[in-house]
Amino acid sequence: MQINAGDTAWIIVASALVLLMTPGLAFFYGGMVRSKNVLGMLAQNYVTMGVVSVLWVLGVYSLAFNGKNSLIGNFHQFGLAHMGEQATGFALTIPPLVFVAFQLMFAIITPALITGGIADRMKFGAWIIFSGVWLILVYAPIAHWVFSPSGWLFKKGAEDFAGGTVVHANAGAAALAVILVLGKRHGWPKERMRPHNVPFVLLGAGLLWFGWFGFNAGSALAANNLSAYAFVNTNTATAAALLGWLIVEKLRDGHATTLGAASGAVAGLVAITPACGFVSPLGSIAIGLAAGVVCALAVGLKNIFKFDDALDVVGVHLVGGVLGALLIGFFGTKAINGANGLFYHGGWHLLGIQTICVLAAVIYSFVATYIIAFVMDKTIGLRISQEQEYQGMDLSLHSETAYETASGGLR
Amino acid sequence: MKLITAIIKPYKIDEVKEALQAFGIAGMTVSEASGFGRQRGHTEVYRGAEYKIDLIPKLRLEVIVDDKDASAVIDTIVKAANSGSIGDGKVWSIPVEEIVRVRTGERGPDAI
Repeated sequence: MQINAGDTAWIIVASALVLLMTPGLAFFYGGMVRSKNVLGMLAQNYVTMGVVSVLWVLGVYSLAFNGKNSLIGNFHQFGLAHMGEQATGFALTIPPLVFVAFQLMFAIITPALITGGIADRMKFGAWIIFSGVWLILVYAPIAHWVFSPSGWLFKKGAEDFAGGTVVHANAGAAALAVILVLGKRHGWPKERMRPHNVPFVLLGAGLLWFGWFGFNAGSALAANNLSAYAFVNTNTATAAALLGWLIVEKLRDGHATTLGAASGAVAGLVAITPACGFVSPLGSIAIGLAAGVVCALAVGLKNIFKFDDALDVVGVHLVGGVLGALLIGFFGTKAINGANGLFYHGGWHLLGIQTICVLAAVIYSFVATYIIAFVMDKTIGLRISQEQEYQGMDLSLHSETAYETASGGLR
Repeated sequence: MKLITAIIKPYKIDEVKEALQAFGIAGMTVSEASGFGRQRGHTEVYRGAEYKIDLIPKLRLEVIVDDKDASAVIDTIVKAANSGSIGDGKVWSIPVEEIVRVRTGERGPDAI
């Protein structure tokens, strides 16, 4: 295929937009932890940008996207060699290296999402090793299955426009596995751990929303009508989810909260991610509204089942990602792209494929992650000491303090 | 001499300070404090989970005064800090044995 300058320019910009999502996520999460752990959270997210960017060049890109094997790629493009060749099976109008950069940003944010579940209690070094091992053993295979035209789920016709399964359901299932190995934070749930800076959460959500246009509209891998649909559907679903979450809060708790607005927006972004290039704008309202309502209720699961998903990665990303992927089976329409779902006379076929895709990704991610975390916990250990946890990650792991406490002057 | 300590609502600090300045006190110290009295705490809700906040923010102000002024200063603080609603705080005084001005070494009431 001929390289198209417009497509290339858009995907380069989209890549930069997606990179910004990880610092955005760091603030989204960082505001929700207690002030003694905010740097620990930011550090985990930033170091993930470091680890994944280097490993991506050193073979992980190739492992995810090269070769005709349906389960896993190869090391043909190790070190980003053979960049004259397209990723196997793609016919793109952008240079292969631009595709590498764009996909890298997805690979960065996926492990970064896990940090919200395991907040406040994992060793920094253990996180660095975990994120690298997880990228190779969990992210690369699932990305290959779903995103690569050689992958077995892609060949089945599974639809995941921008990573609802590969990124969100995957990260959510992985977070649950690590949470179960790590255990609860000391004092949880009796001791309530309040967000220390809700404005940071809103700032982070805003950066995520902004960057997500690159994530979703960029996944058209071109600047065309489909990318425009992805863009509009993304914004519409996010808006509907924000409203849906607030309605649940108002009815259930009596107050609509700012944290709820941010959470609802992110739930909508998650759920529309797999669907944004397959559904109509009206479908995106339905998906967004469903995500806002369902995720607002799903974040209560941790209190019922007593798993310390600190910042609700399971309730928002696992539930939202699975919901979005399955709703394609209802709202998918050929008029936009892909196959018809149940509501467009496509029958149950697409929903069946989506279910297989979600189950495969979630089960593999959970089991493989559990094994990785379990082995690491038994060998190098995953958890900081109780004293370090009490002192906070900022001081005990990084020898830093986020804020000068204003004991001298009045605020 | 008496040390008068008052726990007040943070938003009342300016009124109390102005009233005390008008009275003519020589100085005061203000610090942030948190705690509960009969008002107890309040409830916050994050992502549907209720958080019971037992300790709520207050300001603690401390003034050292001559014995003869103590009662009037307490009245001044109480009047200025009163909003009529629960949680307005407390004022108390205790005797002070000695006081020294660091710069000059003056002692007793002269150092106030």
